[in-house]
Amino acid sequence: MDDLTPFLVLSAILFSIGCVGVLVRRNAIVVFMCVELMLNASNLAFVVFAKQHGNLDGQVAAFFVMVVAAAEVVVGLAIIMTIFRSRRSASVDDASLLKL
Amino acid sequence: MIAFWVLAPIMVAAALGVLFVRKAVHAALLLAVVMISLAVLYAVLEAPFLFAVQIIVYTGAIMMLFLFVLMLVGVDASDSVVETIRGQRVLAVVVGGTFALLLGLLLGQASLGAASGLGDANAGGNIEGLAQVLFSRYVLAFEATAALLITAALGAMVLAHRERLTPRESQADRARARVRAYGAEGAHLGPEPAPGVYARHNAVDTPALLPDGTPAASSVPGIIVARGTGRRAPAYRDVEDVVGTLAGPRADATEETHAEDTPPADGRGA
Amino acid sequence: MNLSSQTLLLAAAEGHHEVPVVDPSAADGVFTLLGLVIGLPLLGAVVLLVGGRRTDRWGHLLGTATVAGSFVLAVLLFVALLGRGEGERQVTQHLWTWVDVGSYQVGMDLLYDPLSALFLLLITGVSTLIHVYSIGYMAHDERRRRFFGYLNLFVAAMLMLVLAADYLGVFLGWEGVGLASYLLIGFWQHKPSAAAAAKKAFVINRVGDIGMSLAIMLMFVTFGTTAFVGVSQAAGEAGEQTMTWIGLLLLLGACGKSAQVPLQAWLLDAMEGPTPVSALIHAATMVTAGVYLVTRSSFVFENAPVAQTAVVVVACVTLLWGAVIGCAKDDIKKVLAGSTMSQIGYMMLAAGLGPAGYAFAIFHLITHGFFKATMFLGAGSVMHGTNDDVDMRHYGALRTAMPVTFVTFAMGYLAIIGFPGFSGFWSKDKIIEAAIAENYVVGAAALVGAGVTAFYMTRLMLMTFFGEKRWEPDVHPHESPKVMTVPLVVLAALSVLGGVLLLGDWITDWLTPVVGPVEHHELAVPVIVVTLLVTAVVAVGVGVAVLLVGRREIPREAPTDVSFVTRAARADLYGDAINDGLVVAPGAALVRGLVVVDDRAVDGAVEGGSGGIAALASVLRRAQNGYVRTYALSVLLGAVIVVLAMVAVTW
Repeated sequence: MDDLTPFLVLSAILFSIGCVGVLVRRNAIVVFMCVELMLNASNLAFVVFAKQHGNLDGQVAAFFVMVVAAAEVVVGLAIIMTIFRSRRSASVDDASLLKL
Repeated sequence: MIAFWVLAPIMVAAALGVLFVRKAVHAALLLAVVMISLAVLYAVLEAPFLFAVQIIVYTGAIMMLFLFVLMLVGVDASDSVVETIRGQRVLAVVVGGTFALLLGLLLGQASLGAASGLGDANAGGNIEGLAQVLFSRYVLAFEATAALLITAALGAMVLAHRERLTPRESQADRARARVRAYGAEGAHLGPEPAPGVYARHNAVDTPALLPDGTPAASSVPGIIVARGTGRRAPAYRDVEDVVGTLAGPRADATEETHAEDTPPADGRGA
Repeated sequence: MNLSSQTLLLAAAEGHHEVPVVDPSAADGVFTLLGLVIGLPLLGAVVLLVGGRRTDRWGHLLGTATVAGSFVLAVLLFVALLGRGEGERQVTQHLWTWVDVGSYQVGMDLLYDPLSALFLLLITGVSTLIHVYSIGYMAHDERRRRFFGYLNLFVAAMLMLVLAADYLGVFLGWEGVGLASYLLIGFWQHKPSAAAAAKKAFVINRVGDIGMSLAIMLMFVTFGTTAFVGVSQAAGEAGEQTMTWIGLLLLLGACGKSAQVPLQAWLLDAMEGPTPVSALIHAATMVTAGVYLVTRSSFVFENAPVAQTAVVVVACVTLLWGAVIGCAKDDIKKVLAGSTMSQIGYMMLAAGLGPAGYAFAIFHLITHGFFKATMFLGAGSVMHGTNDDVDMRHYGALRTAMPVTFVTFAMGYLAIIGFPGFSGFWSKDKIIEAAIAENYVVGAAALVGAGVTAFYMTRLMLMTFFGEKRWEPDVHPHESPKVMTVPLVVLAALSVLGGVLLLGDWITDWLTPVVGPVEHHELAVPVIVVTLLVTAVVAVGVGVAVLLVGRREIPREAPTDVSFVTRAARADLYGDAINDGLVVAPGAALVRGLVVVDDRAVDGAVEGGSGGIAALASVLRRAQNGYVRTYALSVLLGAVIVVLAMVAVTW
């Protein structure tokens, strides 16, 4: 069988890029996309591990991550909409005070 | 393995693109590239069910949701590239790079050995195998995700819902208010003037001209003004030219063509 | 009772002196009125002080009536006590339980025994006379009602002091008289000197009170009780060192209240108060509280020879100190105040001599109460007739202008110098006799004191009542009204006749249940020789005074080119300077030092600490900028550290 290490390295690189994206982008929606990127990177790792160990638990975990990501995106985007509605801005830096 | 080596550079490039592009829509499209590529990698990694789900749920549903919200917020709005928090960008890159480096080190010093492969697990079909695991060992977690999804749906509804604080205004109320405003401060009672309709221009984004040639601001819909996409009214001089052009023949045939010529000029001027 | 008589028997059998323990029987019959003796003046004080202006018209009458009522009760009780057998003359009345903390209980108990009985008669009797006198003396003062309220308060507190059956109760009265004394010294509070004198008395008394309270705490720690009964029964079992400490602390308390060296400085200034106050509080009653305390605590001092010696030393120093001050003062009240210090020194001396002197201390206390009250009230009468002038250099030849005052004052004078037959003769003579028997140095001091006393009292008499007129131009001396002279006459009579108490050794027998029988030390010479010696010394003192004062012109202004001794005596023997140098100045320096330490070190530490924290916070505040991305960065940093740890572990 193949060595699956490259997959994991790719997963690590994607995860790190997602991290940096969360830190440098200011548009809340793009930040959210970066979070999704990180989740996907971890999913890749799960699937790789499933293949490595020869059982389906990793795939089930990836499936759960997708479900949770879906729920998270729904709520997160609703929050972004609400904030946008009240301050006409989607920048995460604008919400820097503990008040509207 | 060929698929991996083809797709991996594309994915890394697209992910870096998410970091660098200024428009959110472009970022979303690049992210979709990463996700579809990922779906292919799932297929390579003997996970056909996740391959389908990745495309349907992630690329199909979640990315659509992202684009939907982007449309609501404004597609055109692009991020400023100026970093407002001092040192944030440098620190982020340094720490993120360190993080990647450390993960690479961890992976490098661990020897995975040969993969077991999913031949046995997928013997009865990947979907059936997953279903057996999901509905036996992880059934409780699966039930919990149901509750989680319902909660998320309710939460999104609550967050997006806007409470009506005053009773809905009826047409009669609006009419009454308009007449009252007319009585109090002489506000215009009738409908707003129509936007400019000229021989050369006939568009809603161009203001109409008043008889003295000045543009009537109220003739352009407010949303166009707010977006800043309205056109300027034809220059005053331009109108003079038009009037002059029109006046030329009129001076010649004042007696005979007066009745035919004036109506179009009047209609345009108003 | 049984225990007491057993102890006495035991003592007799063993052939050495034993201090009788306090073992009273419960009050019955007329003795149940004991609480009322205190209650009446207390009621008067409450009515007068709470009643306010509504009681102005009859306030002085009520004040006098309550004290007179107490006096009548005191006489009744005295007669009842006389009717009892010698072994049954200790009566206690439990009013209510005051303090009830675990095993420590203090009842509001009153103890009526021969000692209290004498004090009761003295206090209520002299108080009644002085109240009557004050009606006239304070007639023109618009705050007379308040004055009587304070006087009543004082009498109640003083009676509490002498009737309490527990040291805590004594302390209650002790503080009560201190308060009343403060209020009365500063009664004319519009005078800055009076306000300052009141404050001084209060502060110096606090020093003594600390000693008293420490003594009480030590008793509580040692015996678990502060009642006379418990302490007197257990006194012999505690170690001598403990008893010495208790004794010395009690002596400190007594020094404060009785103006003994080193806490004597307040008494001379206390003369700023109205003269009846000086007579009642600072001559006849309150200042004798120290003597009462030492006598009452005989069971302590008998077990603490060191403390007893300390009492004698303090007493000797004070009796000479007060006498020397008395010689140099021109202010009539201050001469009397110096004399009071000196006479109380005699009493303390007697009390310090132990069983040989307790009874004579009390005897002298009583006679002194009579003749000193006479003289103070006489001085008040003189001041009343001379527009409140107190300078003796402005008197002279008043015997014709104020005959009653002169005669009564003369009775007091003869009593204090110990003119044979007068009360002071008997009491002082006994003390000197006991002192000589105890120790020749002490006896010599007492003898010299008697001579000096004769000198300065004669000087006072000559300057006030004899010689040339040196009055201020607008002064027209006149005799005081009846309401003032009648108490004078009564007190003068008592001064003359006070000696009858010694007839047939009545007073020593009377006090035996309290302080034990008088020990008689064998003198080297017959008693009559000592008496003659004392009389001779007194005669010398009088003679010197007549020569130095009576035969010379007395200048209206005090001469300034005088000897060092005179200057020192005029400055109260530098008592204030000593206090300033030893206590006030170092105290102020210490406080200044502490202020500096507080400002620099304590405040510096606090402010430096807070400044450091503020600086740290202003640095850390940058981390809390509100930007979620910064926080995300710190989360990532944490993740990096976790991964780093994993790398480190698995390497």
